[in-house]
Amino acid sequence: MKKIVSSVLAASMVLSLAACGSTATTSESGAASSEATSTASSSAATGESAGSGSYTGTPIKIGGIGPVTGAAAVYGNAVKNAEELAVKEINAANGSDVFEWQFEDDENDAEKSVNAYNTLKDWGMQVLAGPVTTTPSVAVAAETVNDNMFMLTPSASSLSVILNDTNDESTARGNVFQVCFTDPNQGVASADYIADNGLPTKIGVIYDSSDAYSSGIFEKFKAEAETKGLEIVAAEAFTADNKADLSTQLAKCQEAGAELVFLPIYYQEASQILIAADKIGYDPEFFGCDGMDGILSIEGFDTSLAEGLMLLTPFAADAQDEKTQAFVSAYEAAYGETPNQFAADAYDVIYSIYQAVLAGGVNGDMDASEICDALKTQFTSMTFDGLTGTGMTWDASGAISKNPKAVVIKDGAYAAM
Amino acid sequence: MNLKTMKRSTKSNLITFGIVICFYILVQILSAAGLLTNSFSGQLVPICTYVILAISLNLTVGILGELSLGHAGFMSVGAFSGTLLWVTIGSSMPKPLALLLAFVVGGLVAGLFGFLVGVPVLRLSGDYLAIVTLAFGEIIKNVMNACYLGVDANGLHFSLKDSSSLGMTDGKVLINGAQGITGITKASNFTLGTVLVILTLLVVLNLVNSRAGRAITSIRDNEIAARSVGIPITKYKLMAFVTSAVFAGIAGVLYSLNYSSLVAKKFDYNTSILILVFVVLGGIGNLRGSVIAAAILTVLPELLRSMNDYRMLIYAIVLIVVMIFNQSPQMIDLRNKLTARFRKGNSSAKGNQKKGVA
Repeated sequence: MKKIVSSVLAASMVLSLAACGSTATTSESGAASSEATSTASSSAATGESAGSGSYTGTPIKIGGIGPVTGAAAVYGNAVKNAEELAVKEINAANGSDVFEWQFEDDENDAEKSVNAYNTLKDWGMQVLAGPVTTTPSVAVAAETVNDNMFMLTPSASSLSVILNDTNDESTARGNVFQVCFTDPNQGVASADYIADNGLPTKIGVIYDSSDAYSSGIFEKFKAEAETKGLEIVAAEAFTADNKADLSTQLAKCQEAGAELVFLPIYYQEASQILIAADKIGYDPEFFGCDGMDGILSIEGFDTSLAEGLMLLTPFAADAQDEKTQAFVSAYEAAYGETPNQFAADAYDVIYSIYQAVLAGGVNGDMDASEICDALKTQFTSMTFDGLTGTGMTWDASGAISKNPKAVVIKDGAYAAM
Repeated sequence: MNLKTMKRSTKSNLITFGIVICFYILVQILSAAGLLTNSFSGQLVPICTYVILAISLNLTVGILGELSLGHAGFMSVGAFSGTLLWVTIGSSMPKPLALLLAFVVGGLVAGLFGFLVGVPVLRLSGDYLAIVTLAFGEIIKNVMNACYLGVDANGLHFSLKDSSSLGMTDGKVLINGAQGITGITKASNFTLGTVLVILTLLVVLNLVNSRAGRAITSIRDNEIAARSVGIPITKYKLMAFVTSAVFAGIAGVLYSLNYSSLVAKKFDYNTSILILVFVVLGGIGNLRGSVIAAAILTVLPELLRSMNDYRMLIYAIVLIVVMIFNQSPQMIDLRNKLTARFRKGNSSAKGNQKKGVA
């Protein structure tokens, strides 16, 4: 009996050590972050209209939450780095500190995320910039309502983050805002884009039914596709436990005669699908959402397979505008990797809070609830120009309105469509 | 009652209850004095949940001597059934009654699944329960991930595909697949958690010290000998296993009502192992040890937050050190030598008490 228990425990310990592998990158970025300070001053020009020294007073405490360990660590680290970069830039441009910033790990788990939130409250957090992923965000959002703490999430896209009851707009939490598109918004925008731009109408969908993001987009895509006269000939699901081989799902789409395959999934799985499609000689149009961003930076992936892939994303790291260029070069200098869309969203989170802080006359001496009320007024009335879109506005429910940008991969790089 | 004439097991049980009650009073005093951090008060309900889970799993692993690797699965079915009841009828009846119903239903459903899993498997001797419960936990996780349930004027709708195939025009989606149940009104608090911990301890300690409990431990120690004196093996195995499942379900309800959303992904293999770690480190068969280990090991990762990236590494090292300290023969010798001088007076109490029931 005891032998079995100990061998099982030993096995699980090996598993958990394997999961720890991803943390190695974090410590690297920690070492690199010291360089961020030096580059921050040079790239401070990217800051919003704020001139030097326009904020005086006690620094405002901003807390961030996200998974920096575990399977979703790639998103949490991107957000953590970008938030750190933005805070450093703003503080350097202002001369005195505008923000104090602290980031806590939640391992993409609701329980841990609420713990992280409480830890940040003990630290004295006044504004919450997070969490990164959907499930923890829903749990934390309910806590922030009780405390009347302003919460702006970079990337938790489900409606249940901002609404108490997803079927009813009037149940908005009020203090929770999003920088990313909501899932329904992406699903609807994708279907609209496909219908309005003369893309093939026989559509196959491959999605992750165990993932809230993916199944949320698919749900709304399906509804909108019906009203737009698109024909979904195959809808194939996989789950997080069962995604080693996705060629079956792809073969079913091929059998059903799909001319366009919609992939509302993250880029790791999408790259497998593209490889499998190449093997069986199936060449439909592929269309993805913002989770597809990052596909060109996968190690060992032949980017020529992604040629012609269309995706709806608010951010492309090689866009030519000045703002994106400055952000990408600062981020690369500080953390040694190309920022993805999560990083861009997080960068916008900090800058939009900064803009609202200046416009609303908020300072660090106010308590969290007063700051929340002031920021709410600002966010529902202001227009923000950031990396992930220009002229962004928020409605009272906390959902953002910005134009989805569609890009196509051409010659191994994003190109506007 | 006279302390001297009291049975040893009764005294030991009273100490266990005393620890729980003292902890409760201490927290209440600190909270009234405003000395509790947000971080700690936020963990009180999870602590109670894991304590209940550890006690109930110890009944299967320590007292019955069967290995269960799917405790989170029972927690999951309990959590989903109890929470479903809470969100549908919670607003239409008095809160205490609805809450009571949610816990009863959560416990009963988990118990039913425990019965269904146990009936075929507990007839066998060997490690089959470990295999089947491992599979059970994974099955429950994947089924709940694909489960869509909605309600409208026409009644309940169910689908395993997606929420649009529920075929509802209006109405409310109750379980939305991977997104789980959202919009739960929080109802758990520390007092409720403590009451449930005490209830669990009462039932489990009484079971262990009863005639049935002695039959169960005799099966653990020697199944053939137990059979030879006419103990119905399967009946007693089932009794322990189903009780264990019922309390896992109740813990699940307590846990889910502490958050506004409930997703099936939480109740995976890792959670089952986590509970098993509490049981093993607290001492297999030692219920008081389970209570203490579950409480400390739940708080520990949060206390280590200041270590940032090294947090989980240090957590793992702590686990290994505690394991060696508890189980290594040299360490046990060393501990006995150290404690021997303190307890010369009552030499009867010393010795290896690993299997002792709290």
